[in-house]
Amino acid sequence: MRALDAKSLDYKALNIKIKSYLSSGIKELVLDNVNGQRFIGDGLKGNCKIIINGIPGSDLAAFMDGPTIEVHGNAQDGVGNTMNAGTIIIYGDSRDTLGYSMRGGELYIQGDVGYRVGIHMKGYLAKQPVIVVGGKAGDFFAEYMAGGIQIVLGLNLKQEEKLVGNYCGAGMHGGVIYLRGDVDPAQLGKEVKKMAVTEEDLNIINKYVVNFAEYFKMDREKIMSKSFIKLIPYNKRPYGNLYAKW
Amino acid sequence: MLREGQVRIPSGCAISGIMNKKGKCFNGGDIINSIAVMHERSNGLGGGFAAYGIYPDFKEYYAFHFFFDNSSNKEKTEEILQQQFIVVKSEPIPTRKVSSIKDVPLIWRYFVQPKSKLIRKINLTEDEYIIRFVMTVNSELEGAYLFSSGKNMGVFKGVGYPEDLGDFYRLEEYQGYIWTAHGRFPTNTPGWWGGAHPFALLDCSVVHNGEISSYEANRRFLEMYGYKCALQTDTEVIAYIFDFLKRRQGFSPEMISATVASPLWQEIQKMKPSERKLVQAIRAVYGSLLVNGPFSILVGSKEGMIALNDRIKLRPSVAATKDDFLYVASEEAAIRAVCVQPDVVWAPRGGEPVVGIVEDMTKPKYSQREEKLAINS
Repeated sequence: MRALDAKSLDYKALNIKIKSYLSSGIKELVLDNVNGQRFIGDGLKGNCKIIINGIPGSDLAAFMDGPTIEVHGNAQDGVGNTMNAGTIIIYGDSRDTLGYSMRGGELYIQGDVGYRVGIHMKGYLAKQPVIVVGGKAGDFFAEYMAGGIQIVLGLNLKQEEKLVGNYCGAGMHGGVIYLRGDVDPAQLGKEVKKMAVTEEDLNIINKYVVNFAEYFKMDREKIMSKSFIKLIPYNKRPYGNLYAKW
Repeated sequence: MLREGQVRIPSGCAISGIMNKKGKCFNGGDIINSIAVMHERSNGLGGGFAAYGIYPDFKEYYAFHFFFDNSSNKEKTEEILQQQFIVVKSEPIPTRKVSSIKDVPLIWRYFVQPKSKLIRKINLTEDEYIIRFVMTVNSELEGAYLFSSGKNMGVFKGVGYPEDLGDFYRLEEYQGYIWTAHGRFPTNTPGWWGGAHPFALLDCSVVHNGEISSYEANRRFLEMYGYKCALQTDTEVIAYIFDFLKRRQGFSPEMISATVASPLWQEIQKMKPSERKLVQAIRAVYGSLLVNGPFSILVGSKEGMIALNDRIKLRPSVAATKDDFLYVASEEAAIRAVCVQPDVVWAPRGGEPVVGIVEDMTKPKYSQREEKLAINS
């Protein structure tokens, strides 16, 4: 394990150092005093682990393909943009467009997430990306979602607070959303429908809640004791007839 | 060189603002450190700051900040200035040499009071008199640009990265209770000194990240009330919209938000009847002041600071508080750079204003000012 003080480094210098450490065979790297440096972990392959203390800049782990990143602090916009494989665990909140076009890997966020989380997320055969949100999500959650799994747990919601914002699942045409609790149909995009969860669904949810509870030291049973619903798209091609009728 | 208006400049940017709710002043070091963290959001073609409370010795006077292309533009402008105003002090704005800041215009400031005889003659309030002068200078005088016109506040801006401009203008030597900053990313033209943010009129200043697609509709409405959009940049209309709604119409920050970032009709339908009636009325009367397109703005005035995002939040903003301080910035890192452990950090929703009011300044001062005409001359 190696530690690196990011305090006086700009994003270029920091990322060059990270890559040179990892290419020398170091498997675990701790970054201290990170504040706003962009593009950390972008395009990284392999099975290394990066522990970030501070606030990583936007586009954390874009195109990442394998590594694990822990963030001890809040993350900014665009975490896991087009990520292909790996795990990101955020001990805090994350902002807008988390998991943008993500196509593999798992994101676990202890707190709340911003607008347009999981926008354009996609899945194919065994490659199914997963986002688990401990708190609540903002508007346009899962906008144009095409595949994968998103779970919102809504732990510690205050009175009047909602699990997800408005236009949840707008334009969604693949994948599945699981919500721990209920949602007002007026908050949903017109492309999704609300369903009851099956035994199979609960097994899938449980698999990821086990990880969530382990990462954030929470009681899995307590999380699973509340009922879930699922949201799925009506149609795989909601805009198929938008411009032409054939 | 083509200026804005001749060429369109869409931009992506960084904004940051810090205010002390008790009105306690602090120097410009923090705001420079904050905006510097978001260096990658700008490209060196524009940056600037607005600061409130910086001219306590001249707080009764309007502080005019000017750019002049050359000394003959300056002489001509000064002649007109002296016809219409009592000038109690004039000086170059202090700067220091910074290698990255080039092609610097003449930068001067004047502390002035309008001649009351002239105000009475045309039967205007002092504020209207100032606004007309600003509009005339910026749309009619060649090579002169009046970019700051409030009392006890000032705008400092130019072409360069914002942290370099902060150094250039020696902002660490000023003490203010509100500071806002902007880093610019114009993508189509070289950018020019007057086109940098903040845009200001009287004590209202705006920094903006985004692009206003309703510019033409907004401009036409404002022109009916005497505002001339001389610079044809989208941010200029936001400054005038806030001046119009806040100062002339006496709108609260919430009502201003309901005008420029009105809730979508389907949200309005869900409101309680009394609230729905108000918002519907605002949309009916001031529909032309709805600001469309992605934006995240910070508006400063002597009473406080308002942060607002477009209603579907197509630009980022994060807010935080610590004791008497309110922070708002495009990125959380910009806040943490100057406040390591805030009491609360949150991401405001689209169309939901973050309002910071300086204590003891909550009473509307504008109506009092209208009664009070200048006493000299």
